[in-house]
Amino acid sequence: MSEQTSNPIREAIAQAIDENPVILFMKGTPEQPMCGFSARTAGALQALGAPFAAVDILPDPRIRQELSALSNWPTIPQLFVNGELVGGCDIVTEMYETGELAQVLGVEQAEAQPVEAPAVGPRPMGIENNLR
Amino acid sequence: MPTAEDVKARIEASIPGATADVESPDNVHFNARVVAEAFAGLTRIEQHRLVYAAFAGELGGEIHALQLKTETP
Repeated sequence: MSEQTSNPIREAIAQAIDENPVILFMKGTPEQPMCGFSARTAGALQALGAPFAAVDILPDPRIRQELSALSNWPTIPQLFVNGELVGGCDIVTEMYETGELAQVLGVEQAEAQPVEAPAVGPRPMGIENNLR
Repeated sequence: MPTAEDVKARIEASIPGATADVESPDNVHFNARVVAEAFAGLTRIEQHRLVYAAFAGELGGEIHALQLKTETP
């Protein structure tokens, strides 16, 4: 139904990206990520102590459809800074390790720690493991 | 289900001159390192989009995850 001129979900997503300087669309929440890639991306932001808004895309499949249509990016997570797509897990992890992420976020990076095991937050976990 | 070989072939067919090293433990999650002259001058986002273009609609579905590292030769 993405052809509809009135598209409340896409408008809500665009508004959220517009209103939040740093916003992460992810599976689950930063406290309880439902996918290892979302966990790692949220972990990088948490490791830098950067405040960020987080949107769980799992409750409604249309959120993901509309987000990907809007961003021209097929996978989750997706990190936006100042309205611009920064990347998914691979790019954010790479930028965290090189210090670029701290620059983009305008925060100080004390010392890069491996984001595979973030100091804050639960261990990466596949959503498959949570379904029974 | 696609194998690592399938994913490698798809990437290399989609991006002329690209070399892809692809690993997969389960044929659902893939880890790819792609080296291509075509990446020169592109942002990381654009480089990844170029690779994603080889899998229209399949990423997040049959290919649950494609971990990607892109480089120029």
